[in-house]
Amino acid sequence: MSQSFDSSNVRKAILDQQKSQDRRKMLLNGVLLLLLLAAPFAMYPVFLMKILCFALFAVAFNLLFGFTGLLSFGHAAFLASGGYTTGYLLSNYSGLTTEMGIIAGTLVATLLGLAFALLSIRRQGIYFAMVTLALAQLVYFFFVQSAFTGGEDGMHGIPRGHLFGLIDLSDNMNMYYFVLTVFIACYLLVQRIVSSPYGQVLKAIKQNEPRAVSLGYNVDRYKTLAFVISAALAGLAGSMKSVVFQLASLNDAHWHMSGEVILMTLVGGMGTLLGPVIGATFVVNIEYQLSQGPLRDWVDPILGGIFVLTVLAFRSGIVGEIQKFMRKNLG
Amino acid sequence: MSEQFVLETRNLVKEFKGFVAVDDVNLKIHQGHIHALIGPNGAGKTTVFNLLTKFLSPTRGQILYQGEDITSLKSAAIARKGIVRSFQISAVFPHMTALENIRVALQTAEGTSFSFWKSGNSLHKLNQRCMELLDSVGLTEFANTTTVELAYGRKRALELATTLAMEPTMLLLDEPTQGMGSEDVDQVVELVRKAAEGRTVLMVEHNLSVVSKLCDRITVLAQGAVLTEGDYQTVSADPRVREVYMGSADSGERGGSSPAPQAEAAQ
Repeated sequence: MSQSFDSSNVRKAILDQQKSQDRRKMLLNGVLLLLLLAAPFAMYPVFLMKILCFALFAVAFNLLFGFTGLLSFGHAAFLASGGYTTGYLLSNYSGLTTEMGIIAGTLVATLLGLAFALLSIRRQGIYFAMVTLALAQLVYFFFVQSAFTGGEDGMHGIPRGHLFGLIDLSDNMNMYYFVLTVFIACYLLVQRIVSSPYGQVLKAIKQNEPRAVSLGYNVDRYKTLAFVISAALAGLAGSMKSVVFQLASLNDAHWHMSGEVILMTLVGGMGTLLGPVIGATFVVNIEYQLSQGPLRDWVDPILGGIFVLTVLAFRSGIVGEIQKFMRKNLG
Repeated sequence: MSEQFVLETRNLVKEFKGFVAVDDVNLKIHQGHIHALIGPNGAGKTTVFNLLTKFLSPTRGQILYQGEDITSLKSAAIARKGIVRSFQISAVFPHMTALENIRVALQTAEGTSFSFWKSGNSLHKLNQRCMELLDSVGLTEFANTTTVELAYGRKRALELATTLAMEPTMLLLDEPTQGMGSEDVDQVVELVRKAAEGRTVLMVEHNLSVVSKLCDRITVLAQGAVLTEGDYQTVSADPRVREVYMGSADSGERGGSSPAPQAEAAQ
């Protein structure tokens, strides 16, 4: 077994391939970054921020769904709990700077995520989805009944405040670059997680859970951590969203929202890094365009149709299909 | 008793609703042996495997590993103790490369498996060892191939290499030659023989020529209970074994090429 052999060629080939892939990715990411930096000069910043918040939400969801293989049907609970917490704190404690409110919102979503995970993680497949849905409905009714959320009316007039007490976020440009910075940091974090040693284990669990167990991995713990990170990032998305719109509403807690994030992820391409970002951009745009025109009552059926089409014909989503095409035609 | 048993079960019982799948099984596996578990379909072989690795919990009875009671341990903990199993259907990670498959196994010993902030490059130091393991099963040139694209026999070889990466003291192989052509079977026999050096192996196997070539000791299960135990000569001469397992005279030849459905009662 310990005989020496020449594996250097194989390893060199592996490294070379990785390098050229990395270079292509770097180039793509660079172009996207430039676009995002320039975007608010061409488009309405609040609309762009909406896209970024939903993109972060979808990226968070995809960490669990696309990279761990767990379909949560309760992610709206994290988006909403982040949003309400941040909204409540910033509205009632004027001494708080904006980032502290956002951190607090993220923390609440993280703890809620841990509670969800402990109750659901041992269930498989559809049962897992149902348990997360049921828990999210509990959270929804809690928000409906609580006075601090404003119930059906929602929470209005959340002050954007000053970032670090210095930068005035009521200026849309300042707000945009703050949201963009947070988004990019989270995106890079997820990228790092996916390629980390931990990410390798997640991949293994997703592809063959019994085998991962037989290799000595306590899969429940790995899944729990993935769930908690995902919930935290979803909460962060909700927190930022409430600051951007100065509004937190029951919409964010409704199971529709849990469904919508699944749609975004699938349309964009689950299990790819960029997929959920593209998916969120796509869905938010379609919703906006349709709501402006004569088809405004048809938003849901049209989105439903897109969903069906994706599942039937473009399983890998926009980014996934492009990747397949590139692999086939460009080697 | 001076003999050292690596793995021992005491009065192991598994009941499903109204059905006893494993009935009072006492296995004693000697250090360094290749021990076969044979029996007709539905005899409970895979159920015993699942009990030993805690993919199922026994209804009654005890499992001892090197004298220590491991009945209450979880699957992952048992694997970390050095009892590593394979599966009937080749268990690989299909969308990872052959090298990554093995690396995931090596990673368990690194202690960085929860480090979600660490760069993936921190795993590159394991690649050398991965290549050695791939080489030992003749898969060097497939290191960078996505596993789903490998032929069946190669997947099984990769699975074995992944199992060996855990440096198990005890291997549990569930029908390593199942669904293979005769050429592949010979190769697997060689691989198992090599892998068994310095280890103890318990294998479920239908192919009796494989069993006769490899195994030091054989336990025959029928309807969940141990029918008899001994070396190949003793067992194959036992008329009861012929009756339940081999049926008529065409015994040794069928084995690997027969596509017998593997619907174990337990599943």
